Amino acid sequence: MTVITEAPPLVTMPSPEARSATSRRIHDVWAMTRRNLVHISREPMQLSDVTLQPVLFTVLFVYIFGGGIPIPHGSYKDFVLAGLLALNLVTSTMGTAVGLGTDMHEGMIDRFRALPMWRASVLVGRSLADLTTSCLCALIVGVTGLVVGWRPDAGVASVAAGFLLVLFFAYSLTWVAMCVGLNSKSPESAASFGFIVLFPLAFISNAMIPTQHMPGWLKDVADWNPVSAVTAAARHLWGNPNPSAAINAWPMQHPVVAAVAWSVLVLAVAAPFAAWTFRRRTTE
Amino acid sequence: MTQAMIEVDALTKRYGETQALAGVDFSAAPGTVLGLLGPNGAGKTTAVRVLTTLALPDSGRAAVAGIDVVRHPAEVRRRIGVAAQDATLDRLLTGRQNLVLVAELSGMSRRLARARAAELLEEFELADAADRVVKGYSGGMRRRLDVAASLVARPPVLFLDEPTTGLDPSSRQRVWEAVRQLLAGGVTVLLTTQYLEEADALADRIVVIDHGRVVANGTPLELKQASRGARVEVTLASPHPEAVAAVASLVNGPVRVSDDGRHLGAGVDPVPGLATSIVRALDLAGILVDNVEVRQPSLDDVFFSLTGGELNGGRPPEGPEQADDGHKMLEGARS
Repeated sequence: MTVITEAPPLVTMPSPEARSATSRRIHDVWAMTRRNLVHISREPMQLSDVTLQPVLFTVLFVYIFGGGIPIPHGSYKDFVLAGLLALNLVTSTMGTAVGLGTDMHEGMIDRFRALPMWRASVLVGRSLADLTTSCLCALIVGVTGLVVGWRPDAGVASVAAGFLLVLFFAYSLTWVAMCVGLNSKSPESAASFGFIVLFPLAFISNAMIPTQHMPGWLKDVADWNPVSAVTAAARHLWGNPNPSAAINAWPMQHPVVAAVAWSVLVLAVAAPFAAWTFRRRTTE
Repeated sequence: MTQAMIEVDALTKRYGETQALAGVDFSAAPGTVLGLLGPNGAGKTTAVRVLTTLALPDSGRAAVAGIDVVRHPAEVRRRIGVAAQDATLDRLLTGRQNLVLVAELSGMSRRLARARAAELLEEFELADAADRVVKGYSGGMRRRLDVAASLVARPPVLFLDEPTTGLDPSSRQRVWEAVRQLLAGGVTVLLTTQYLEEADALADRIVVIDHGRVVANGTPLELKQASRGARVEVTLASPHPEAVAAVASLVNGPVRVSDDGRHLGAGVDPVPGLATSIVRALDLAGILVDNVEVRQPSLDDVFFSLTGGELNGGRPPEGPEQADDGHKMLEGARS
């Protein structure tokens, strides 16, 4: 029997139009992104994370907590909107973990693995689909905010930069969520990620309430929490009240730099880890 | 000799405690159907998973279209179509969206992908259900869609892992028809099945595996001939104490007598006039015969004699044979 080391030239398959490796990857990612968007549209409960929940949270926090929490130099609704944006986007990454966890337990993943596709498009496609829903979520938070009386006090570019910064952070967190989805035994256990990691991450921060009144150790945690940096940066860019500016912790003094740095760091660690885990999970 | 399109040499694969493949060899010539036959847990699906680049073998070699599956998996994937046992479809997409997705991920442009999907939906009589979500498809529709998905890129080598398990007879016929049409187009097919009838109907060669080893390899005819000859079944008008003695010299080995004493069965050499001799011998002993049947062995007999087990439901599934179980085993081993 002959041992063949070189792959013989392709004869029988219809040659996919000659593409560079990069354009082929983009093609695959785009196909996977659309597939995941169809999924999201078919699961209205999953979509409620980014549609109903933002409206509900905004109204609840502004009207229920709003009266009881004094904000120096401004109103609670102007203060809290950046926090609400962060809270909603951070908690919605739970959907990413559950979605990928579900994928890994269904036969479709074997279909993908036997296709001549770029495998990482399973991950990249999901991250982009979830970024799309994050954008929808940001839009809903912004509009709801405007309706209840939130007003940014900065130029359009600066306001847009604030939104982009929070979206970038949420995107990098998507890759953490994918690591969780890839490592979880079941979609249900991926869901518990939300309660164990995401809620403390979102709440032990300056998102909903200034950190000044927290107990000492908790205040330190909150001031160094990436969510606090991201929220403070958005407040700064939107010209909204930002009590954290008075705090003498480095991220609170340089919120924009800190928010970008945190997002880049999280992405730089989580993305390769997700890719590695995916490869490990799909090797047998 | 032409290069085999599917080639497996001394392949071994272990999942945890289970030796799924214990040194398996087989090959399929271009344009033929190789039937891989065996009970649950025999190693059929594992062999398919190795050949379709989903699992890495522990040792041995596997090649598709002359390409080593371990060294050049990406090249192999461009030449294969796979319809796996647990339908690998996206349940939340429509039938059409599934096919378009597979086509695009095979490298086709969106326009080509749509055209190919429409063609296959028509071919597999799924056009009416094309825009319904797969979750609501019947078992037969899912299987057909799965087979259609495996054909999207017109691959020269096709793997069908129990493509008709659980299908009603008419759906099964339609899948068979599709396979026959593919053969006309020169495709090489590896078909795993639990149904001997299916292997008999479609396969050019049959490889029987059991406990991860090949126990027989040949054409359906060769396998039938290799089994221990023909059998005779005699039905008497009423039980008779002399019946066994009367036929003993005409048959091979012991004569099996049914509980009611009216049915005798035994292995025979199918010599000309055998039925006449048996009836005459019984008649001489004064025994009335209702029926005599000499029959060639079926593949069921072959299978029984080779594996000592029934094909369907004869033993519980063991090891990571079902793709599904394979995953569970893997996770178990990792946790």
